[in-house]
Amino acid sequence: MKDLHQFLISPAETARRHGPHDRIVMSSRVRLARNLKNASFPGWAKKPERVKILETIRPAVESLPEMSDSFSEAMDNLGALDKQILVERHLISREHAAKSSGSGLVLNREETFSVMINEEDHLRMQALRPGFQIRQAWSAIDHLDSELEKKLDYAFDNELGYLTACPTNLGTAIRVSAMLHLPGLVLAEQINPIIQSVNKLGLAVRGLYGEGTEALGNVFQVSNQMTLGETEAVIVERLEKVLSQIIEHEENARQTLLEKKTKVVFNHIGRAYGILANAHSISSKETMNLLSLLRLGVDLGLFPGAERSLVDELFLTTQPAHLQKQFSDKLSAEERDLLRADMVRERLKNVSRPVAKLPPPNTAN
Amino acid sequence: MSIQKICSICKEKPATTFTSYISADNKKTDLDLCDACAKAKGIDDPAALLVASADLMLGLGASQEIEQAAGGVDLKCPRCGFTQTDFKKSGRFGCPECYLTFAEGLGGHLKAMHKGTRHIGKTPEALRVSRENSDRLKTLQKKLAKAVESENFEEAANVRDEIKQMTEGSTPLKNLTR
Repeated sequence: MKDLHQFLISPAETARRHGPHDRIVMSSRVRLARNLKNASFPGWAKKPERVKILETIRPAVESLPEMSDSFSEAMDNLGALDKQILVERHLISREHAAKSSGSGLVLNREETFSVMINEEDHLRMQALRPGFQIRQAWSAIDHLDSELEKKLDYAFDNELGYLTACPTNLGTAIRVSAMLHLPGLVLAEQINPIIQSVNKLGLAVRGLYGEGTEALGNVFQVSNQMTLGETEAVIVERLEKVLSQIIEHEENARQTLLEKKTKVVFNHIGRAYGILANAHSISSKETMNLLSLLRLGVDLGLFPGAERSLVDELFLTTQPAHLQKQFSDKLSAEERDLLRADMVRERLKNVSRPVAKLPPPNTAN
Repeated sequence: MSIQKICSICKEKPATTFTSYISADNKKTDLDLCDACAKAKGIDDPAALLVASADLMLGLGASQEIEQAAGGVDLKCPRCGFTQTDFKKSGRFGCPECYLTFAEGLGGHLKAMHKGTRHIGKTPEALRVSRENSDRLKTLQKKLAKAVESENFEEAANVRDEIKQMTEGSTPLKNLTR
């Protein structure tokens, strides 16, 4: 059995992965749901059947060339902390983290493919890419799926397409999504109309972990909801178009804020820096919201010499499970708040306070 | 920094669960609920939401459509034993064959949820061939019937041979679609 923590890419390295438009699009993902013919869906199958399904699917996934160097494990062999770390990295869903016997995970070395076995469906496979790379993620997962269909007998119907446990996923069973950092639209108070118009196009806007609508750290997930009656290509194209527009709105909002509400922006970013660099106790929620402003400051050129990857790394390492992992003793929430503040202060030691002048245009990248 | 929408039931607390449903007469209504109201209505499970909200708020949802289609009998999937009551509870099916068992009445539900009711996306390679074959077979059978009707027996014989050729040696894959 491989050790998950030796397998996982370090947060520092993860944060340095770049993709197109990654100052706004943090990551892209395409997920496909598939089920086996003649087997009950995971939510209805009894444990022996789930185990049998896992034993059928897992070797098939492991045998794919893309997964040749992979972390493959049954969920009951993963501890609560490991599962939470995978959730914080968006490698598995919260629902999957709650699974144990009869469920599994196969994750490739580059963390670009994550295959959940017996989540809500027998197979939930996703391709992940940094930045705005929806098309690339789709073509990657399409290829993986085409390889896998040769080895497994999928439940497919000519009329209804890929059959899924929940009829909301029927048909293509595709979910295309991107994680967006939109502090400009939030500060400019333009986020709600944007969300409403995106909703009207049949797309969902969710928070960082998909739950409720609270967008911790100004991070929003945009994804398709409808899966039947359109081709995958059409869905991918629509997402691409909408995301491009959101990127443009965010860039415009940032520009306008800088020009018209300079003091408001400087105030927010300066205060965020002040708290992060000096706090001795801080919750993960507050940390994320302030790191978001720090990230904006880096994007706007207010922290010369500081890199966005430092902020992105902290975004991950300050979350509860990642923080807990760095210490051997079991920490209480209060203890975590102290250690989190220590860590952030230490990491920001070499980041000078934000400049209080507008940088010359076009230096912000 | 979160989106401020107020719960449409208590009209007090901020909404956290957002849904819309489509009634039998095709009217779309948005329904935004706070945590407490969503729980109280038993629709804090997002997957069960579409079904449950329509049921609870409107008294006519997919599960009821299915129920009506079944003439009030609690349908049961012959393969996995999943019943329509189970669907009402979870909003999910028991196995792929449930889609055949509960096919009646599902159409309206799908129409409300999706762009269309027919899959036009990716098809597994093996089935794509059989799908093309079955389409071709249907065309040929129509051609045959027409030829027989118009007493064009030469044409009929040719078409029949073609059908024979297609069906021999390859057993058509069984699909759930009738």
